[in-house]
Amino acid sequence: MSEYKITIGIECHVQLNTKTKLFSGVDNDAVDKEPNSCVSPVDYALPGMLPVLNKVAVEKAVKAGLAMNCKINLVSRFDRKHYYYPDLPKGYQISQMYQPIIGAGVIHLPDGSDVHIEHAHLEEDAGKLSHFGNYSLVDLNRAGTPLIEIVSMPDIHSAAQARAYCEELHRLMMYADVTNGDLYQGNMRFDVNISISNTDKLGTRAEIKNLNSFRSVERAVEYEYKRQKALLEKGEKVVQETRGWNDTTGKTTSQRSKEEAQDYRYMPEPDVPPIVLEQSYVDKVAAEMPLMPADYRGKFSVLNLDDSAVEAIINYPVLAKRLAEVCEANVKLAPRVANWFASVLLAEENLDKDFTLATGAELTELSEMVEKKELSSTAAKEVLMEMYDHKNTSKTPHQLAKEMNLLQENDTDALSAIIDEVLAMPECAKAAEDVKNGEMKAIGFLVGQVMKKSQGKANPASVNELIRSKLS
Amino acid sequence: MKIADKNTKAVDLVRAALEKAKEYEDYHAFISMNEAHALERAREIDEKIARGEDAGRLAGVPFALKDNYLSPEGHTTAAAKMLENFISPITATAVARIEAEGAIMIGRTNLDAYAHGGSTENSYFGPTSNAYDKTRVSGGSSGGSAVAVALDIVPFALGSDTGGSIRQPASFNGVYGVKPTFGTVSRYGVVAMASSTDTMGCFAKNVDDANLVMSIMAGKDEKDSTTLNDFWTKPLEEATPAKKKIGLIKDFMGEGVDEEVKAAIRNYADKLRKAGYEIEEIRMPTLKYALAIYYIVVPAEIASNLSRYDGIRYGLRSKEAKDLDSVYNMTRDEGFMPENKRRIMIGNFVLSSGFFDAYYLKAQKARTLLINEYNKAFEKYDALLCPVAPRPAFKIGENTSDPLQMYLEDVMTVPPSLAGLPGLSIPAGESKAGLPIGAQLVGPRQSDQILLHIAKEVEE
Repeated sequence: MSEYKITIGIECHVQLNTKTKLFSGVDNDAVDKEPNSCVSPVDYALPGMLPVLNKVAVEKAVKAGLAMNCKINLVSRFDRKHYYYPDLPKGYQISQMYQPIIGAGVIHLPDGSDVHIEHAHLEEDAGKLSHFGNYSLVDLNRAGTPLIEIVSMPDIHSAAQARAYCEELHRLMMYADVTNGDLYQGNMRFDVNISISNTDKLGTRAEIKNLNSFRSVERAVEYEYKRQKALLEKGEKVVQETRGWNDTTGKTTSQRSKEEAQDYRYMPEPDVPPIVLEQSYVDKVAAEMPLMPADYRGKFSVLNLDDSAVEAIINYPVLAKRLAEVCEANVKLAPRVANWFASVLLAEENLDKDFTLATGAELTELSEMVEKKELSSTAAKEVLMEMYDHKNTSKTPHQLAKEMNLLQENDTDALSAIIDEVLAMPECAKAAEDVKNGEMKAIGFLVGQVMKKSQGKANPASVNELIRSKLS
Repeated sequence: MKIADKNTKAVDLVRAALEKAKEYEDYHAFISMNEAHALERAREIDEKIARGEDAGRLAGVPFALKDNYLSPEGHTTAAAKMLENFISPITATAVARIEAEGAIMIGRTNLDAYAHGGSTENSYFGPTSNAYDKTRVSGGSSGGSAVAVALDIVPFALGSDTGGSIRQPASFNGVYGVKPTFGTVSRYGVVAMASSTDTMGCFAKNVDDANLVMSIMAGKDEKDSTTLNDFWTKPLEEATPAKKKIGLIKDFMGEGVDEEVKAAIRNYADKLRKAGYEIEEIRMPTLKYALAIYYIVVPAEIASNLSRYDGIRYGLRSKEAKDLDSVYNMTRDEGFMPENKRRIMIGNFVLSSGFFDAYYLKAQKARTLLINEYNKAFEKYDALLCPVAPRPAFKIGENTSDPLQMYLEDVMTVPPSLAGLPGLSIPAGESKAGLPIGAQLVGPRQSDQILLHIAKEVEE
């Protein structure tokens, strides 16, 4: 029997970071707000209320589509998807069943593989239920939040690739600035369809709903592979069903079989006119799109960095942008900056995603100072942290280094005086004698003494050279 | 209509209307009266006038409001048990516009629950009697509003028309009924029936009053994305028809149509001829499918629009309900009338997977054919003439056991609704038994004022 091949397709819900909801003028940001405080009569479905489409949500959807190299459909429509649940006030969700705004596209993963996008559509989110013993409470703050649901083709064939796809989607959405991207807040949620087969025919799939971390996507796929494989090896069948993921037990459990699946009674939404876009509008949005992760990967490939360092930097759009600016200014100075990002900033425990890092020009200047030996590598990192803390954004690295008293002493006369002082010290006489006699190991002690006396500002290489010439 | 001024007090107009409403209480045109608010508002209007301020184009004019328009004054029930105690936090755009011109709502009128029906017999609060014969139906669904105007309780009343709900009761009660082009008046704040054919209009005793009220309600509303830019802007005498040609729909002048109705329509056609119009008979073979299309598309939208009445956030919640499923099932069982349930079931059936293409999609395609047929007719004619209903008002209880017969009463009003066209119901005489008969003029989209202009030329 040949190996079981796993086939995965992923649906991802992305909450758009618009100011207001998809169909009402109410605040879309409910983080830390009282339950049911961001709710209008449209959101709680008062009789006679009508949805009014948020144009910014449409623009964000177009951006998301362009970020995924998708075709943007110039005419798209809304449909109603019906089901009863207390978190769905109208008894239907306004979605796009038949004519979605985003058509087919493709995402290039860092490992070089491609995952195709079937389509993506705009829709509204539902509210939230909290269950307490014998009663439940409804919070409609999230009801009406704009979502795009991104549906991939079944192009994914491993747990790691599934995770990589979700991570890349997350990056794309962050780069396109269409979502806050906070997985903990449910800004992106994944439904994963998994089947396995040892023939050319696809197996029966199970859908794992509502995964909210990259790790849970990877683990759920691994678990499902084992579960389905065990079933097939026992001669049993995989049931087409919806399964839930339990992060604590690391297992999926059956929620709803195909037979129990609801009939959503889709119907064209008569209250919202079709979205009709001009090609010129799409072109304009496309022209204003920022660079995407794949663009940066291309730019950084000449720096000979570790793939993991590149990916770590790309995870933070502002870091990637700054590094690209340094590349642009002087590519030779860029690897050092990349190194700082990877080793210093990304090591920060609570890295602030929105930090306003120094400009590319400033980072170039900082790197150049090290190159010119005006600043030690360690001192440069201190200046960088000062800039990161955005206390001193108006000062140049040189000004900062000077204020922080970190500039290296390259002044030969001044250095010479310090060296003379050191050589005159009784405790250095032995070492000086050794160097004179060609025992160069002893020079380290002398250099160290000079550095100490200069309070670390002396350039060790220059000191070394000067001592040699004095003692030769 | 009488508008309050230095000599006519708004308080007197409102008081007279309230007294008349009381006098005709047994017709059951109203579900609830708005006496305290109405008198308070009338006093405000009078003070405004006394101060020499502009009190609006409808200053102090009392009006009746179909009880499916949301307004915070009193309960908005839609004549359904589901909303028996529902108080709206908002005001419908149409009402806000009317009230901004000084009109005063004196009470909320009866209708078929959720506007499902053509007789007001489906009201949770019981039927409204015809203004001409108490044993007969008022028509519907806006029966209460039609009767309130016919009995001269108020000079105008608001109604809603999805498949004939303004035109047919207007015809049954001998008043003007305006069903505008789809999108003319905002639907915001009106309990939805079928979103793609719901229109907001009015009843009035004469063409000028109807024109004034509609001109105030019409126009773009950012809260309803389907509203059109205001086209109701001309003085009526300038809204002249270009061709002076009217098509008389032969398909609605044949079998199954009451002889007295046909005679009244022919008589109306003669009047139009005398006014200089050329009248030609026209055949429109697609019209006969309109009822079938309507009773697929409209129940689908109804089933969808009624989904929100689930007992969770407002309105009725069954006291017997024990868990989520019983909250849904028992609330909806108790809160809806049999006709509501019938339409929900038809609607959910035609939308269910496996049937959607055969019913809903096919109906929408047929709807396009119907629209094309109208467009072709309007290349030749300014307007089309036909009866509003196949016969005058029928007896209360006559059709209640036969829903299909009840649906057939809509055969002439439904086609323009599906095409989004304006329809005007015009008093066109009475039967020998003294029951009013209405003529219907239908024009191209946004020709609403032209229809009123034509009617005005032959107004008595």
